[in-house]
Amino acid sequence: MSRKIIPIGPYHPLQEEPEFFKLHVDGETVVDIDIELGYNHRLVEKISESKNFDQVAFMVERICGICSTSHPFAYVNAIDDLLGVKPPERALYIRTAIGELERIHSHLLWLGLAGHFLGYNTVWMWAWRYREPVLDIFERITGNRQNYGMMKPGGARRDIFEEDFPWIKKTLKELIPKLDMFKGAIMDDPVIRMRTEGVGVLTKEDARDYGLVGPTARASGVNIDIRRDDPYAAYDKVEWQVCTHEGGDVFSKAVVRILELYQSINIVIQCLDKMPKGPIDSGIKDIPPGEGIGRHEAPRGEVVHYIMADGGNSPARHKIRAPSFMNVASNKKAVIGETISDATIILAAVDPCYCCTERMAVVDYKTGKKMMDGQDLIRLSQEKTEKIKNKLGR
Amino acid sequence: MKRETIIQNIKIRSGGDLLDFQDKSKNRIYFTINKTILLQIAKYLFNDAKARFSTASGVDTRKTIEILYHFAVDDIGLFISLRVILEKPSLEIESLLPLFKCAEWIEMEMHEMLGVNFKGHENPKHLLLKDDWPKENYPLRRDT
Amino acid sequence: MNFKLKALTKSIWVYHMSTGSCNNCDIEIIDMLTPRFDAERFGITLVGSVRHADAIPVTGSLNLKAVPRIKQVYEQAAKPCVVIAIGTCSCGQGIFKNGPNCPNPVDSLLPVDIYIPGCPPKPEAMIAGIMKLIEKLKGNITIPTA
Repeated sequence: MSRKIIPIGPYHPLQEEPEFFKLHVDGETVVDIDIELGYNHRLVEKISESKNFDQVAFMVERICGICSTSHPFAYVNAIDDLLGVKPPERALYIRTAIGELERIHSHLLWLGLAGHFLGYNTVWMWAWRYREPVLDIFERITGNRQNYGMMKPGGARRDIFEEDFPWIKKTLKELIPKLDMFKGAIMDDPVIRMRTEGVGVLTKEDARDYGLVGPTARASGVNIDIRRDDPYAAYDKVEWQVCTHEGGDVFSKAVVRILELYQSINIVIQCLDKMPKGPIDSGIKDIPPGEGIGRHEAPRGEVVHYIMADGGNSPARHKIRAPSFMNVASNKKAVIGETISDATIILAAVDPCYCCTERMAVVDYKTGKKMMDGQDLIRLSQEKTEKIKNKLGR
Repeated sequence: MKRETIIQNIKIRSGGDLLDFQDKSKNRIYFTINKTILLQIAKYLFNDAKARFSTASGVDTRKTIEILYHFAVDDIGLFISLRVILEKPSLEIESLLPLFKCAEWIEMEMHEMLGVNFKGHENPKHLLLKDDWPKENYPLRRDT
Repeated sequence: MNFKLKALTKSIWVYHMSTGSCNNCDIEIIDMLTPRFDAERFGITLVGSVRHADAIPVTGSLNLKAVPRIKQVYEQAAKPCVVIAIGTCSCGQGIFKNGPNCPNPVDSLLPVDIYIPGCPPKPEAMIAGIMKLIEKLKGNITIPTA
């Protein structure tokens, strides 16, 4: 069999760090993968040095749209660490609630696209439909469906009104039966299990070697979660659990994310119940010289922001590390030895990119002639599901 | 492993090469070490203290370039930063790639953003910038 | 109105192109097709290849590395093909205006027909924008020029 290269990419619109994958395939099996980054690189770290400390919070929000409160969250944590101050209690609860609401919408989004890749378009449409109420909550409390602008160094920018609490709680509680349905659909469906179990396995050792974070690491049995290990905001004041799974395959990653959805709903409701009255901003005036490190557990894993201030109006250095920077590299390990029809779901399982598959194309290595395009690859994946379905007589 | 044990062990292992130690808060500690012992300390943190390599930040302070290697010890919530100072213009340091694979991309990024060379990590390709980005033009340098 | 343009205004098929965006606009474009907004009732649907597309919604702030790729993709599109700039970044570079890696606005590279600003624009705004575009193609709306 001759070796062929499948380029995937280069720009896939739906993710924070776009990559250009080149899958080297031998027949049906993936033997090697090249990952190329940079199609979305905007030198944010450089632009940050020309903005003042208040503006940076808005700018880092626009690094990533899906987890658009994660970067500001880590940034304000870094500023709080630099100053050594603790923001007012109410602000901490507001930050926590926004962070968790974001996790709900992000995980539902991933779930829908994972369903699409496996040939379950109903799952896609349903997951995105039930994501809408969460966006409604955002629109009500922040004024925007995405890019919330709620984080501010030393506090929160906007309050959540008491009269909205019952409606928010009711909307979130209505989501739980829908999640039960998804949980049943994924855990009990033999077709989904056959497509995802034992596919793209990452062991505990791989997780350490590649420095995996977030649900990708937790699905490999690594018990890490910044919210518990290095408590910030109000995470140490509410009751919740870290969800882990042992398999390391695509199935485990889906299970971990679904279980986290329940925890997030629980955390938001507790935050609203326990939220004390009081100010939401500590009114920071100057940022003295120094350095601070802020961490936040984004939906995809640990975000790290490092701020160095020189006493001026803007950061002297602002280093940003997004979770996918670590997780995407692990595709090198996970995808090798698998078949092309499983490659789409493995690459999507770390939650880096989903739309990329629409830009896939199989090119003959020697002639450079296009043989398949993105839709063919999704079709391949969906056909495999169909075959299993027929075999099981469903 | 306890917080004090880790601090003690790093102090013993680095000896005279430990230039500075900052105990900033319960969860954040900074060590400034000589670049000759970087590999040794990183090996200790990764293999013995079971720390996770989180990331590295390169900072241009005009006369020098500082690299901070961030390690997270998750069971005690400790975030350790190893600071290494490189004098311009000789910007060369050992690569951490032999220890763990997650150092690959961050070292490539520091190479193209700040012009630091990593011994034992030869990868002429650009990671983030376009392939025909002008040579010797490092976006995060402050002397240009 | 010629035949090709008339055909273009029926059931617009879109090929979505990101030029270095933060995903927000991209999510909202996909969101437009899901049950709450359901743009497919106007015949708007996403296609996997630019060769099938009638319209290209462009998002993002035109990253330097993406420029040759975008040129190539646009050249492959069957003409006439309209370009829709979605979001503040593609309309006027937004917050990344001073970024060294995204120095050019999108409309310096592609002939943009309609701008839908917002960070991100709501799906309702996008549907309204596309409806206005159809009216513009039909000649029912005249665009005031400066």
